Amino acid sequence: MKSYETVIGLEVHVELSTRSKIFCSCPVSYGEEPNTKCCPVCMGLPGALPVLNREVVEYALRTCLAVNCDINKLTRFDRKNYFYPDLPKAYQISQLYEPIGRDGWLEIQAGDLDKRIRIHELHMEEDAGKLLHDPWDDQTLVDYNRCGVPLLEIVSEPDLRSAEEALIYLEKLRSILQFIDVSDCRMQEGSLRADVNVSVRPIGSEEFGTRTEMKNMNSFKAIGRAIEKESRRQIELIEEGGAIRQETRRWDENKDASFPMRSKEDAHDYRYFPDPDLTPVLISSDWIEKVREALPELPQDRRSRYILELGLAEYEADLMVSHPDLSNLFEETVKLTDKPRETASWIMGELLQLSKDKSCELAELEVEPKAFARIIIMTADGTINRITARKVLLAAIDEQVDPEEYIAKQGLAMISDTSLLEQTVAQVLADNPASVEDYRKGKTKVTGFLVGQSMRLLGGKADPQLLNKIVLVKLDNIVQN
Amino acid sequence: MDLRKFSASRLAVMLSDGKISASELAELSIERINKIDSGLGAFVTVDESGIRSQALQADALLAADKNRSPLTGLPLAIKDNISTAGIRTTCASKMLADYVPPYSATVVEKLRKSGAVIAGKSNLDEFAMGSTTETSAWHITRNPWSYEHVPGGSSGGSAAAVAAGLVPLALGSDTGGSIRQPCSYCGLTGLKPTYGTVSRYGLIAYASSLDQIGPIARTSADCALVYTEIAGTDGRDSTSMIDNNGNFSRKLGKLKDDVMAAERANDFSGFSLAGKRIAVPKAFAGYELQQETAEALEQAIRVLEQAGAVISECELPLLEESIPAYYLIASAEASANLSRYDGVQYGYRTARSDYADLAEFYSLNRAEALGPEVRTRIMLGTFALSSGYYDAWYLKAQKVRRLIRSRYNEILTEYDFILGPTAPRTAPLLGVSLDDPLAMYLSDVFTVGANLTGLPALALPCGFDNSGLPIGLQLTGRAYADDELLRAGIAWQQQTEFHLALPSDKEAESAVAAQLSGVRGEVES
Ligand SMILES: [Zn+2]
Repeated sequence: MKSYETVIGLEVHVELSTRSKIFCSCPVSYGEEPNTKCCPVCMGLPGALPVLNREVVEYALRTCLAVNCDINKLTRFDRKNYFYPDLPKAYQISQLYEPIGRDGWLEIQAGDLDKRIRIHELHMEEDAGKLLHDPWDDQTLVDYNRCGVPLLEIVSEPDLRSAEEALIYLEKLRSILQFIDVSDCRMQEGSLRADVNVSVRPIGSEEFGTRTEMKNMNSFKAIGRAIEKESRRQIELIEEGGAIRQETRRWDENKDASFPMRSKEDAHDYRYFPDPDLTPVLISSDWIEKVREALPELPQDRRSRYILELGLAEYEADLMVSHPDLSNLFEETVKLTDKPRETASWIMGELLQLSKDKSCELAELEVEPKAFARIIIMTADGTINRITARKVLLAAIDEQVDPEEYIAKQGLAMISDTSLLEQTVAQVLADNPASVEDYRKGKTKVTGFLVGQSMRLLGGKADPQLLNKIVLVKLDNIVQN
Repeated sequence: MDLRKFSASRLAVMLSDGKISASELAELSIERINKIDSGLGAFVTVDESGIRSQALQADALLAADKNRSPLTGLPLAIKDNISTAGIRTTCASKMLADYVPPYSATVVEKLRKSGAVIAGKSNLDEFAMGSTTETSAWHITRNPWSYEHVPGGSSGGSAAAVAAGLVPLALGSDTGGSIRQPCSYCGLTGLKPTYGTVSRYGLIAYASSLDQIGPIARTSADCALVYTEIAGTDGRDSTSMIDNNGNFSRKLGKLKDDVMAAERANDFSGFSLAGKRIAVPKAFAGYELQQETAEALEQAIRVLEQAGAVISECELPLLEESIPAYYLIASAEASANLSRYDGVQYGYRTARSDYADLAEFYSLNRAEALGPEVRTRIMLGTFALSSGYYDAWYLKAQKVRRLIRSRYNEILTEYDFILGPTAPRTAPLLGVSLDDPLAMYLSDVFTVGANLTGLPALALPCGFDNSGLPIGLQLTGRAYADDELLRAGIAWQQQTEFHLALPSDKEAESAVAAQLSGVRGEVES
């Protein structure tokens, strides 16, 4: 069997978190009562006209700059015509002929390689409504709340070569969009969706194979899986002597497979033409410069800063910039602790574990930098031990307690009285002669047991290292005597 | 009192002086509508109780002497493709038979604020597609000058309502001549304003880049009173003009004041054509003008010269190409604008339930509710935008449009106005136009230029043919100089009396009588 490579292109649709919709003043909101956030404009009533929301252009400009696109200073909207019940005008206002951004790129770290993924174009468009099927009376109902929510479509060139690369690209893109604060990118709410184009070709071949498209995918896991399965399906088909049909396929997550859509749904001539209701948008160099100046530090810049200036390892830096909330927590905390590596290790250790326990995203943990920093500092200076620290952290997150007050109230501070420690250890050794005897015979493993027993008696409030040292000293004294 | 003996401007002065009340005017209007509209067919919807309550409000405004405008208390017909909150707006289509808009067009809001009395919704060609008002899904409208002839279209209902004296004023919409041509056929004055000066918000779109709302009235002065009230920047229409420094609205304010002062003094001599340079394109002569139309135009040129205007001939290339360019662009835009009528959210829905899928559901809704002329244009436009044909048809039409625009603008740097006929012939007989749609399309040759270029154009009565049907001329002006155009129209009407002629009521009365006996016959048999 020949070796094949997979060629992937992604069209990412991201919902912008502007205050109002793209062509009317209805609010952009999620999870509202159906058909309560709409007006004649977004419902496409006869005679209603669109008026462009400047904030959308501003967000698009920010994104163009963040993904290195050339900005089209005379950008224009076009009508994309097709009939569907969720599209009340029967055309979507989008951009085909003069999109706002072209020829951008994103650098991704795939394995050991830095790889540049080219971005073909970036354009603005309006979202459609939502169809809800009511199985009881077999009716389909339309909710127009989402109609007119602003979207950016970011179209990559077919530069991705594996599911893994595709996911790295998506994560990178998501992180950028979150850092520049244009979208919350909540996939489960549909605010980030992707159309995935997949083809395969023999390694070394210059020509692209016939591609298939899977539309509207809204989970990274599904995207990765769908790419793997689709590329395998195509390779097998070619190996059997078959030919790939250019088609749109539907990914069925439950069946873990994709299926061709009926060709009727597929055969669209969108008859794009410039929307005569909207005038071209003139973007001045001044405007671009203002947006550029206000652009927040991008994740890749933060990443380099964390590595070069704060001494983080690459894998640590990667995690710290995976979400702006997390990165901001890290920075705020470091300002207070002045211990970047310590802080990173707390995030990678304790916080990561907590998020797993709570089965939520790391960035979703609501951690107060001040409390977090106090806990780190108190652990470092020996006020509390790591086990206690975990308890305090949980209380700080769940009950928003003040760490110091909480430690005092619960009496969690470490016992600094060494004589009490020595007294307790002596007591434990006296109560466990068999273990002492084992130690004498060379079974050094028993020290762990003896330390544990001592810690239990001390209510877990001793410095484990100190306690360990005392146990060893006392055992050696007994053995040598 | 015969409403028809007074211009809207004169009525405005009378209202202001308390010589007549808005309620009295409203009753006269209702009485006349009830008397002849069953035979004329100008209105689709008349809201009698609404007329009375608006008139009472107008009287209160007049009595309080505040927030009033020249339009306060004047009854007005609104073409049924302009959205009126709470009043059915049908576009003369089965598709929107029961559609009641939840909001009003910007022009309607402005008119309501000005205290005008909205009498009802006037008939039109379905979705404003047609030149005769015969494609209305409801009924035809007759020409008040001769009931066997069409009133023109697509704003035929508005024109007939004013010409027959049901109301002194009306709003129409003009995409390729739909205000001017019915004005020409009905002996009226009508303005297609500069594109972008009147908000399109709430005007149910036919072709967005060409549509413009404008006034229909008996005189240019009357048109000025309506236009100055409805024009201006609107934040809800992106194609609406930007009035830098408020210069435009100042010009309109001045025009309104000048008209009212002249009407009050009964002296319009301040409006003059002296020194105006007027171009007559040679190419217009190449069209088969009805002989009386050609003669009326020659006579008009002499009158204009006597009034001090300087008339010269000029070249106007691409006249022939303007018709296909217009129909391609208008149809292309219409094909998208009318796609929303799919029967899902509102509008007509098929009674059948045996459709196989969504596509067939859409097809049934649209095929059952849209008339043949609308379907033809949707198909033409869909074709023009199809992949593989876009460049050859739509893009080429846009290129022609740009060339025409630059040529018109060149002419208008040298001249103040371009003069020509509004239509090649007077109103055709009912029933003949739809049999030869191509000839009907070609008859728009003199009017589409103003829409393709966005320039303002004013239709003015300039004579009658041998069978007594009105003839109209058209003046095209510079962009945003609508006020100058209207002033020229006022001056023209100081020199002529065509706008004062009234159609006889005989036909109206016999049409209603025939209808009544028909009804009686049905009841008896
Ligand atoms: Zn809205």
